[in-house]
Amino acid sequence: MKFHRMKFPRGILALAVAAALTAFGSFAVRAQEADAPPRLSWSFAGPFGIYDPAQLQRGFKIYREVCSNCHSLKLVSFRNLADPGGPGFTEAQAAAIAASFQVTAGPNDQGQMYQRPGQIADYFPPPFPNEQAARAALGGKLPPDMSTLAKARSYEWGFPWFILDAFRMYQEDGPDYIHAIITGYTDPPPGFVLPPGGQYNKYFPGHAIGMPKPLSDGQVQYTDGTPMTVDQYGRDVAAFLMWAAEPTLDARKRLGFQVMIFLIVFTGLLYFTKKRVWHDVLHDAELQRPRAPTEYQH
Amino acid sequence: MSGYSTYKPQSPFMQWLERRLPIASLIHSSFIAYPTPRNLNYWWTFGGILTFMLGVQIVTGVVLAMHYTPQVDFAFDSVESIMRDVNYGWLLRYIHANGASFFFLAVYIHIARGMYYGSYKEPREVLWILGVILYLLMVVTGFMGYVLPWGQMSFWAATVITNLFSALPGIGDPIVTWLWGGYAVGNPTLNRFYSLHYLLPFIIAGVVVLHIWALHVVGQNNPTGVEPKTEKDTVAFTPYATVKDAFFIGLFCILFAYFIFYIPNYLQHSDNYIPANPGQTPTHIVPEWYYLPFYAILRAIPNKLAGVIALGLAIISLAFLPWLDTSRVRSANYRPAYRVFLLVFFAAVIGLGYLGSQEPTGGYVIAARILTLYYFGFLYVILPLLGLFETTKPLPNSISESVLREGSPAGASAPASGA
Amino acid sequence: MTAAATAEPTRRDFLYIATAAVGSVGAAAALSPLVSQMNPDASTIAAGAPVDVDLGSIQPGQIIQVFWRSKPIFIFNRTPKDIKLAQDADWQSLRDPQPDSARVKQGHEQWLVVIGICTHLGCIPLPHQGGFDGWFCPCHGSQYDSSGRIRQGPAPLNLQLPPYEFLSASRIRIGENSQA
Repeated sequence: MKFHRMKFPRGILALAVAAALTAFGSFAVRAQEADAPPRLSWSFAGPFGIYDPAQLQRGFKIYREVCSNCHSLKLVSFRNLADPGGPGFTEAQAAAIAASFQVTAGPNDQGQMYQRPGQIADYFPPPFPNEQAARAALGGKLPPDMSTLAKARSYEWGFPWFILDAFRMYQEDGPDYIHAIITGYTDPPPGFVLPPGGQYNKYFPGHAIGMPKPLSDGQVQYTDGTPMTVDQYGRDVAAFLMWAAEPTLDARKRLGFQVMIFLIVFTGLLYFTKKRVWHDVLHDAELQRPRAPTEYQH
Repeated sequence: MSGYSTYKPQSPFMQWLERRLPIASLIHSSFIAYPTPRNLNYWWTFGGILTFMLGVQIVTGVVLAMHYTPQVDFAFDSVESIMRDVNYGWLLRYIHANGASFFFLAVYIHIARGMYYGSYKEPREVLWILGVILYLLMVVTGFMGYVLPWGQMSFWAATVITNLFSALPGIGDPIVTWLWGGYAVGNPTLNRFYSLHYLLPFIIAGVVVLHIWALHVVGQNNPTGVEPKTEKDTVAFTPYATVKDAFFIGLFCILFAYFIFYIPNYLQHSDNYIPANPGQTPTHIVPEWYYLPFYAILRAIPNKLAGVIALGLAIISLAFLPWLDTSRVRSANYRPAYRVFLLVFFAAVIGLGYLGSQEPTGGYVIAARILTLYYFGFLYVILPLLGLFETTKPLPNSISESVLREGSPAGASAPASGA
Repeated sequence: MTAAATAEPTRRDFLYIATAAVGSVGAAAALSPLVSQMNPDASTIAAGAPVDVDLGSIQPGQIIQVFWRSKPIFIFNRTPKDIKLAQDADWQSLRDPQPDSARVKQGHEQWLVVIGICTHLGCIPLPHQGGFDGWFCPCHGSQYDSSGRIRQGPAPLNLQLPPYEFLSASRIRIGENSQA
C-alpha cells in the first residue's frame, strides 16, 4: 500500500546509519591475533558452484596418505566416496578402498573384537582407539576429528565485511582457513618464544600450533599433472574436507535454484493478485467523493 | 471473535454442524469477514509471517525429532546423521536452524512496528502483554533448541545461561543444580531441554490463539492510530488482508530460502560444529545474534546480580510500555519528537547487538554502558515525560480521510502527515 | 468500455486460478521431503549389506538364529529324519503348496535357511516345537514343518526364504550380492 510506504524505510535507513556509526565510530581497531587467511577461489563457491570430483580425489589421497595418520574422519563412510556430488569414485572403487582399511568388528562367538577388511557400509576407522591413546602417542596433543572441521573453523573479518559476505554468499571461510594453516608455517619472528612442542604458523590464533608442518612440495604423488606444491595440496585437501563436512552441497544448490525460481514466480503472481484484489478498494468512487469533515463526527 | 459474521450455512450438513459446533462461522467471522483497517501497511504483515514461521518450526521440528537422539554421546552425531544420511535431512535441519533466526527477525520487526505505531495503548494492553509473553517463550524455546546439537556453543551457552540464575542470592546455586540435574551441564540437562523444547512451541501456539483472540476483540491498530469509525474505514480480512499477507510471506520466504540454500551456516557459529567438550571453553563465546542486545546489557554492568537483573528487566520492561508511555496519540507519525527518540532507541538496540558480539574490552564496554543507559532511559524517563510535554501533529478525523489526503490522485494539496 | 468490462473478469479469474495452482504445486512439493524423510536413510540402506555365516559349528538338528537387515534368519541343520519328513509330506495338499526341493539349495538339502518371521502377524516362531518337527508360533498357534511350511494355524504362507548362496560347503552369504 502506498500510504506510509515512504516513511518507515527512511526511518530504517536512519537507523542503519546510526547503528553503523555506533558500531564503528571512535573505537580503536582491535589488533588481530593472526593474519587473515587469503580468500581463494573455490569450485564450490557461489550459487552454482559444485565440487570438482578430481580435486576431491586428490584431496582424499592427501587425507589418506598424510592426515589419516593422526586425524580421524569418523562421520564419513566409505559408501560416501561413491555418493553423487562427491569425489566420484565408483562403487567398486569405494569397496576396494574400504577393503584396504582394517576396521574393528565383533565381538565374535568367542567374545573377542577382531580386525577385518573394511566394507562399504563401514566408517573411516580412527588412527587411535581413544583420546588418551592419541595423546599418549603424540606428546599430549589431540588432533581434532576432521568430519566437520571445514565448517568448524572460521575467521572473524569483523564489521562491515560480515554484512557484505551475506551478499557475496561467502561460506568458504573454513577451506580458506585450512589452506592458510597448511601453507602458513614460517620461522617465528625474532623475539617470539615458542612453547615446547609448538610450531610457528602465521595464520593460527596465537601462532603456536601443535601440528608439525604436515605437507611439503612433492610429498604426495599426483598422476594427473596437477602441480605437487604445498599450495595445491592445501587447496585440494581443504576442498576434500569441505566435502566431508558438507556432502550435500551439490544437492542443496540444485534444489535451491529450483526453489528460488518457484518462489519468485509465485510471489510475483501473488503481487499481481494482490493488486487486482485491492484495485476496487483503492479506486472506490464513493470514497473519493468530497465530503465535509462533519460527516465523520459521531 | 464473533459478531462480524454474515455466514449462513448452505448445505444440510453444515446446518447440522452449525447447531452443534459453530466452527465454520467462527472461522468465517475470525478470518474472512473480520474487518481490518484499510490503511494497514506492509509492516502489518509480520503477524501473518510469524504464524507461518511458527508452523514451519513446528513441522520441521517434529520431523527432526524423529531422527534426533537426546543423549550426550549421540546428540552431535545424530544431528550429523540427519545432515548426511536422512532423506532431505540437511534441508529440514537448515530450515529449522535458520528458521529460528527468521522467526526472531520477524518478531523484532513486529515489536518495532507495535512500538512505532503505539499498538500497545489502550485498549490493547492485554494483547501487547500476551505478545511479550510470546517473545519470552520464544527466547526460552530458542535457547533450549540451540543446546540440542551438543556442539561447543550449545554446551557453553547452556552453562553460561543457566549460571545466570546463580546470581540470585541464597537460592541461586540450588536453582542452577536443579536446572542441570547434576553438578554440571550434562546428560540430564540435555534430556530435559529436549523435552521442553518439544513442549514449549505448543504452549506458544496456545498463547498465539489468545493473542489473536485479544486482537479480534479490540481490533487492529493502524498507521494513523485512529480507530475505524465507519464501514468505509475497513475491508474484509479475506481476501484483502490474506492476499497481502501471502504476498509478503512470499517475499519473506525468498530471503529465508536464500539463507537456507546459499548461506546456511552464515548465522551459525562455526564452533558449534565442534562436539561439546566439557573440558574446554571456546575462546570467544557469543550467543545467537537474536540475543546479542541483551547479552551486551548483561556484560555492560560490572556487578553480577545487577547485570542479571538488568538483562531480565530489559525484556520485562516491554510489558510496562502501555503505562510508561503517557501520550494519548498512538502513531509516531503524529509524534515528531517521539519518532526521533524511538528510532534512536532502535539504533541503540542494534548497536547493543553489535557490541554483544564483540569482546568486552575498553571502548566497547563504555559504548555498551551508554547504550544500556539510553535503553532504560528511553523506557523509564523519556517515554513518561514525552507524553506530557510533546506537541503532536493534528490527527485525521478518520482513516478514510487520511487515505483521501495522501492517496488523492488529483495531486496532494495537503502535505503528507508525519513525513 | 464494454469489451474491457467483459474481458476483465476472465483475465482476473485466470490470474486467481494460476496463483492458486502454482501455490498448490508448491505446497505439494514442500510435502515431499516431509514424507521422504521417513523412508530408510542412507546408513540403514548401506547396513543392509549381505551377511556371511559359518555353518561349521552348527550341530545336526540344531537351529541357529542370525540377523540380516534386522530380521531373524533361522538356519536349520536338518537330520536325515527331518529331511525325510519334509520330502515325504504330501505337499500338494498344503495351504501354500511347495515341495521341499524348492525350499533348499540343490546338493545342500541338509540346510534350511528361512526368515524367522511368522507369515501371520510377524512374531518369531519357536524352534523344535509344535507337531510337525519344525516351528510353533506362540502368538496365534501357527505350526511349521521341518521345511518351514505352514501346516496348521492362521498363517497363510510358508516361512519366507531370504536370498542366499553357498560360498563353500560350510559357508553361506545371506542377502543380495552387492553391486560391486
